Amino acid sequence: MSSAVAGWLQFALLFVALAACYVPLGNYMARIFTSKEHWRVERAVYKLCGIDPEADMRWGVYARSVLAFSVVSVLFLYLLERTQHWLPLSAGMANVSPTTAWNTAASFTTNTNWQNYSGESTMSYLTQMGGLTVQNFASAAVGLAVAIAVVRGFIRSRTDKLGNFWVDLVRGTFRLLLPIVVIGTIILVASGVIENFAAFHTVTTLAGGHQVIPGGPVASQEVIKELGNNGGGFFNANSAHPFENPNPFTNIFEIFLLLLVPFCLPRTFGKLVGDNKQGYALLAVMVIIWAAAVGGISFFEMQHAGAAAQLAHGAAEGTETRFGTPGCSLFAASTTVTSTGAVNCFHDSLTPFGGAITLGDMALGEITPGGIGSGLYGILILAIVTVFVAGLMVGRTPEYIGKKIRPAEMKYAALYFLTTPLLVLGAAGLSIGVKAGQAAIFNPGPHGLTEVMYAFASMGNNNGSAFAGLGTAATWYQVTGGIVMLLSRFAPEIFALGLAGSLARQAPVPQSAGTLDTRTPLFVGMLVGVILILVGLTYFPALALGPFAEGLH
Amino acid sequence: MNHLPVIVRQHIAAFRALLVFTVLLGLIYPAVMVGVSQLAFHHQANGSLVSSNGRVVGSGLLCQEFADANGNPLPQYFQPRPSDAVNAADKTDYGCDPGFSAASNLGPDNPAEVQLVRQRQQAIAAFDHVAVSQLPPDAVTASASGLDPDISPQNAAIQVSRVAAARQLPVSTVKALVAQFTRGRTLGILGEPTVNVLKLNIALDQLSARSGG
Repeated sequence: MSSAVAGWLQFALLFVALAACYVPLGNYMARIFTSKEHWRVERAVYKLCGIDPEADMRWGVYARSVLAFSVVSVLFLYLLERTQHWLPLSAGMANVSPTTAWNTAASFTTNTNWQNYSGESTMSYLTQMGGLTVQNFASAAVGLAVAIAVVRGFIRSRTDKLGNFWVDLVRGTFRLLLPIVVIGTIILVASGVIENFAAFHTVTTLAGGHQVIPGGPVASQEVIKELGNNGGGFFNANSAHPFENPNPFTNIFEIFLLLLVPFCLPRTFGKLVGDNKQGYALLAVMVIIWAAAVGGISFFEMQHAGAAAQLAHGAAEGTETRFGTPGCSLFAASTTVTSTGAVNCFHDSLTPFGGAITLGDMALGEITPGGIGSGLYGILILAIVTVFVAGLMVGRTPEYIGKKIRPAEMKYAALYFLTTPLLVLGAAGLSIGVKAGQAAIFNPGPHGLTEVMYAFASMGNNNGSAFAGLGTAATWYQVTGGIVMLLSRFAPEIFALGLAGSLARQAPVPQSAGTLDTRTPLFVGMLVGVILILVGLTYFPALALGPFAEGLH
Repeated sequence: MNHLPVIVRQHIAAFRALLVFTVLLGLIYPAVMVGVSQLAFHHQANGSLVSSNGRVVGSGLLCQEFADANGNPLPQYFQPRPSDAVNAADKTDYGCDPGFSAASNLGPDNPAEVQLVRQRQQAIAAFDHVAVSQLPPDAVTASASGLDPDISPQNAAIQVSRVAAARQLPVSTVKALVAQFTRGRTLGILGEPTVNVLKLNIALDQLSARSGG
């Protein structure tokens, strides 16, 4: 069987597995966030934290709770990194430097998991578990909680309350993430991912040399890294490392995990708004763009453009033999259309147009299907922009899911959409302009510009994958990157919650003959078009100077 | 506590929640997972270590160098892919160092990458006495992790004659051994066919020992 045919069958298998989960997992998530019952363990948690689980929060209180939890998380993680040498399980690791600790604390709290350090030589086991793994859970659950609060804006009316952040956070973590993660860890360990507390030890190799065998609680972090769309690897080589991703089965299982929740959330949305077809429409948009990305990257990697790849007869630089080009392409597309950012092949060495697609995927704003939770609220904002555009065409006040889209809602939607591109393009432009930014560019020519664009597109969209040739351990990128990650995560979340607060206060509008049906293929096509045009207009000049210039050269 | 401003109370609640999360998810969860893994999957959980003659020689999941002290490849062993997993501070580290997993991150049009591929092609063509056009891509490109334990069957095929000659074994015997250690796609569709270099070389050593070599 040819590599390409096997690759498409692999894609088909993944598609079927995800499709089988859509209804049950989507419905389960809807039940989690509507159930009136608190589990006993949850009650204990609320009591320990001094939280009243029955309190219903206005959007401002909800947003401030999100921020409070995140501020505390950044500080805690920063301190843990800065003191790890003196804490247990340090195994001799030095304290992390201030700028790396700042960048990493911002990165893991914002679900970005951008890494400018090598895990195996920087982070102690305690930091990996007590800091990074915890934020892998928590940042994912925060995204999910905000998404659910935004959906409540559509289903509630004449109220200013959006639910309880702490309850959403705890339920998302303990009812959804933790059970899947426990099962996933066992599956990964059985398949060869390591899970131990052993220190790195040296063995004598077959040829008589010496080799270090790394250890660590890797599997337990690997699963939540994929499921929570985090992407921060235990090791520098991330999911290309054989101890994180040892064989083709673990590879497809990890891709499955990172797509699972984002692809099932439209079902949760449909279930919660009482119209499953609304969910299918959003799902269709997500699947179209994901499949196009997989197809595009696979095509260009198989073509292996680029002088070095042509010389080598294949785009094998930065790939692992066991995954091959199809396994690399499928992972690269899936990790960039979700906000995961884990990699099983190194994106800097992708062909010019293959790499351009991964960059474009992130520029889409991580909404197809996007990050856990953030993908859903992101695509809802774009759906609102789409009905607004359609409303302008026919001169009617636009509606979506029984709510009017008035100037107040549109302002929040526009602010949401503009924040990230402003930060990404601003920071990338600034980096090209200053010496400290230029000095870290590693590859010459247009590829260097692509590296800088990729870095900020990745951090600004909370993805975390990298064109790692850029020397992002430079102080300039560590400091600015941390700021970009925090602003581009929390400002949009605040705007999304503000929008939800505004929607919740409205009375529902009855459907009429003039209402645009948002469940039809027509709407799906319009939404795809709006996403591509908005993003195209925003990023085209930068893409033209970077990857396009390189690919057409 | 109710006399404190709301904003302070929110942060205290947040801090307590984070502590609870840290204990449950950062300590108990990984510890339980390590415990279960060590009991149920001891071999896998500790790195799938492999032995030769009763001595642990490495992990079946990590490549290792088959080279002399100067980094020259040993002809009697199959050679892994080029590797960027090196400790830059150690001049005798030539690759496959799991303390430093890394890719080259060189772009496909980078002149440095073009030059590296060309150098590797010339070196391998001379070492294995094969034409440059016969070399498969994985033989001349660095892997993503720098620890790739596998090579493609084509990459193994071009090395067979050289290994057989160095060990004074019949080419057909070495070829058969390669075939025995070639793993096809999982379920017929997942991944790519591979040959595990370390396991193949261990089997070669055993074969040579049996035939008195």
